[in-house]
Amino acid sequence: MAFRILPRVTDANRHFWEGGARGELVFLRCARCDTYVHPPSPICPVDHGKDLHPEAVSGRGTVATFTINHQAWIPGMDLPYVIALVEIDEQPSVRVQTNIVGCEPDDVHIGMRVEVVFEHREDPGGDVWLPLFRPVGDR
Amino acid sequence: MDEYIEKRCVISGAGQSDVGRRLGRDPLELTLDACLAAIADAGLETSDIDGLSTYPGGISPAKGFSGGGAYEVIDALRLDVGWYDGGLETSGQLGSVIKACLAVGAGLCNHVVCFRSVWEGTAQGSGGRAAVGMGSEAAAGGSFRASGAMAEWSLPFGAASAACWIAMYAQAHMHRYGTTSEQLAQIALNGRRNAALNPKAIYRDPLTMDDYMASRMITTPFHLFDCDVPCDGATAVVVSRAERAADLRKAPIRVEAVGTALHDRPSWDQLKELTRMCSHDAADQMWTRTDLTPADVQIAELYDGFSYLTMNWLEALGLCPLGESGPFIEGGTRIARDGQLPVNTHGGQLSAGRLHGYGFLHEACVQLWGEAGERQVDRPLEVAVVAAGGGNTCGCLLLTKGR
Repeated sequence: MAFRILPRVTDANRHFWEGGARGELVFLRCARCDTYVHPPSPICPVDHGKDLHPEAVSGRGTVATFTINHQAWIPGMDLPYVIALVEIDEQPSVRVQTNIVGCEPDDVHIGMRVEVVFEHREDPGGDVWLPLFRPVGDR
Repeated sequence: MDEYIEKRCVISGAGQSDVGRRLGRDPLELTLDACLAAIADAGLETSDIDGLSTYPGGISPAKGFSGGGAYEVIDALRLDVGWYDGGLETSGQLGSVIKACLAVGAGLCNHVVCFRSVWEGTAQGSGGRAAVGMGSEAAAGGSFRASGAMAEWSLPFGAASAACWIAMYAQAHMHRYGTTSEQLAQIALNGRRNAALNPKAIYRDPLTMDDYMASRMITTPFHLFDCDVPCDGATAVVVSRAERAADLRKAPIRVEAVGTALHDRPSWDQLKELTRMCSHDAADQMWTRTDLTPADVQIAELYDGFSYLTMNWLEALGLCPLGESGPFIEGGTRIARDGQLPVNTHGGQLSAGRLHGYGFLHEACVQLWGEAGERQVDRPLEVAVVAAGGGNTCGCLLLTKGR
């Protein structure tokens, strides 16, 4: 499997990087006003509430924009790969920076409907599940 | 419009060290060369300098990104300062110049040396950008894990360079407005034409559309020539109190207006509108602080760390309508040195080297002073706009001479 830089898992981001163990894409959500908050924050940006709890979303979204990367910024990653910003269905203002997999890079387009698929990485510091996205219906 | 305190400030001198792809010199020496050149250009002595401002300061987030901090320069030149500042969290690289204006306006100092120094060329060595970028620590292996605002959310997906982040904005612009690669190329081709006449530019050989299209793809839609060239070099200006103009050697350049605003999330991937960076916020604010309008701008020195950023600034500053930067630069004639709006007259960072924002400021000053030599724009110049940065870190300056 190609190399990846893994995130440092902390109590603040654990819900996001470990949700994939249950097949779930998880964001913090404000208990009072229901706003999804990403990246994680100690308070809700809308009502400043501090009762934020992890909540799974459908895992479906839309490609807001993307780039097909050909440059070996990180030795060991297979080239090319598609980097994208995906807006989640539940709240499009939440964007996930991710990779689009499961199709040819040239087939990726803005507005493409996608769904999450997790890449499990074992790590002595704690396993992580990277949320990647593939075209909807590509099962 | 006299109430805004940047109008109490002038740029009194500009200076630059040697600039090269890999000079292998002590970066602090380059920094001091630039500072001393700017101070001498203003007709001042180091004993006159009572303020200092720099971006990003001495704490460098990546190897080669800072060639010296505030304390190092204050100490090396034994400056006595009433105010000083060095920092990264500001309105782009020009934020340091704007802060200097605020400090002068606030009465904390009279003559502020401002500088930006890089040695990314030497820092890279033979390792290319991967040797100094966000992925460099990981490439060294071991226990590196991505953490912190940008790294955590981008590095695991291989988005290790601003090239990737900004390419996604360019892609969105193409999708929404029909912008083409041929249009994007004009930023690079224009820069290279101008660099041919700039003896300090890194790349001066002719560049054709065919060369551009044949160059390797970095991250779509950016080809190699859409990405600036890391280099070594330092650039400095002196910001002075306008009432001290009599002390100065040359006609001062007035700081007519500044723009610093950020109305969106301070992020590269969560901005509300993907074809509109905070460059628009800074530019909108700048135009509220002057009676001049975009139609008064005679030359535009607009950041091109990646080609698309220049297009973004053209729209943000109202130099062309929103979404129409592609048609505006098509064919390259409008933005050429003899065109309607000369842009990046020294070659920009794409060809003259990644001096990181200050190269544009230096060029605007040199053009306004009529000191640009072979590349001098062949018409009397009074109004220049300088803009630097992109995404969530943007600042701009409107400069005038003879007003």
